Amino acid sequence: MNPPAGTPDKLIYFDNAATTFPKPQAVVDAVVDYMTRIGGNPGRSGHQLSIDAGEIVFSAREAVASLFGVTNPMRVIFCSNATDALNLAIQGMLHDGGHAVTTAMEHNSTIRPLRELERRGGVEVTVVPSPGGVVDPADFEKALRSDTRLAVVNHASNAFGIIQPLGAIGDICRRRGVVLLADCAQTAGLVPIDMKKDPVDIIAFAGHKGLYGPTGTGGLLLSEGFDHGMMRPLKYGGTGSSSDSVYQPDFLPDMYESGTLNAAGLSGLCAGIKYIFSLQEGVRGIHLRKKDLAAYFLARAEERVRGFDPPASASLVETGVISFNIEGMEPSDVAYHLSDRYNIMCRAGLHCAPMAHRTMGTFPEGAVRFSFGVFNTKDEIDYAISALEEISAMKEAG
Amino acid sequence: MNAFSVILFYSATSSIWTARLLKKAGIERKMVPIPRYLSSDCGYCVRIKSDDIPRVREVLEKGGVEFARIEAWK
Repeated sequence: MNPPAGTPDKLIYFDNAATTFPKPQAVVDAVVDYMTRIGGNPGRSGHQLSIDAGEIVFSAREAVASLFGVTNPMRVIFCSNATDALNLAIQGMLHDGGHAVTTAMEHNSTIRPLRELERRGGVEVTVVPSPGGVVDPADFEKALRSDTRLAVVNHASNAFGIIQPLGAIGDICRRRGVVLLADCAQTAGLVPIDMKKDPVDIIAFAGHKGLYGPTGTGGLLLSEGFDHGMMRPLKYGGTGSSSDSVYQPDFLPDMYESGTLNAAGLSGLCAGIKYIFSLQEGVRGIHLRKKDLAAYFLARAEERVRGFDPPASASLVETGVISFNIEGMEPSDVAYHLSDRYNIMCRAGLHCAPMAHRTMGTFPEGAVRFSFGVFNTKDEIDYAISALEEISAMKEAG
Repeated sequence: MNAFSVILFYSATSSIWTARLLKKAGIERKMVPIPRYLSSDCGYCVRIKSDDIPRVREVLEKGGVEFARIEAWK
């Protein structure tokens, strides 16, 4: 075959669900700008460089708020990644016990903190089966109890690209007075959410995936109606505010943002979100493009790669994330050959989502995952299909 | 009355938000370190012309910005 891409000089990156790469040049420039021109600690001193750093962080706050239809930028809480944000929400909401309901498609970033709280005692967790990868809102409602404090829903699976019916679940939660936390690690910047209209109380997002920011960025968004007094902080310490007190402030966002923020990363995150806004059709355009790339890959792989076996139904793949196996081959071997021989970067295994893989019938072996980003092309997919054809033939040859 | 006043906030984030809203409204403002005689906080606050206080209050209320208090700048 004649490789159009994936040569030693040009690698193909299909691991965008882990973190997007490459980042837009504007993101790199924004990080460098902070590191070389500004450098102050946001909110900690009165000098100009501290003020400039505070301006940058605030711009990132406004950009995130705007992306999710939140009017008040103080309701954006920056954390170091989506897992950090989810831990804040889960541990903060269940600090004095209670019942939580979640789906069988969760990532370990939600099910592990839930199970840990359950193991410590005082918290009970109900996992609602999600046959075929999608939870039935009626089943979700049946799992709610009078003492249910929190519903935790993975908006889109990091392993299978399947979206949960967040709106229908949110309507149920509102009706039943249950706080809904949506894990939007995979959908922020990809599937539009408007917190003014959509019935979601808390959103956790990653800054370094679909928002194209640097690693080390993420956070929570709190809807206007959510009473943050219900959510205890995970960390306590310096906030630059109420410095005469030895107690944690109770106002947003300081209550949850102890310690120096990742100003360099947030500078990049702001540029990443501006990049998304600058694209034709913005978030919706990215969604359509990723769906198109996934459909293009699936159609060709089904036709040309012997033993190609994707566990998720093609019609459910929404976020440009596809897991598959090649019959008779270990997923880690397939990923190794893709990287070693073809310079194609992807992820194999359980993708930190053992529960989702159990649901989809790929536990414990896992699967090979391709996750596309805005910079991927159909040429790259054509090359990957040829590579997979050759790899599957290697198996045939023994 | 002092020519200038300062708006003190609970959070440094609110001071930046305020400075932006005032800029948009065309109201003269400057971010300055919090004077020690007003607070032991280590961040910044927003200095305004005292004559602008009614307009500033209006902008903050409309924007939904919480502030602690407005004090005379010495």
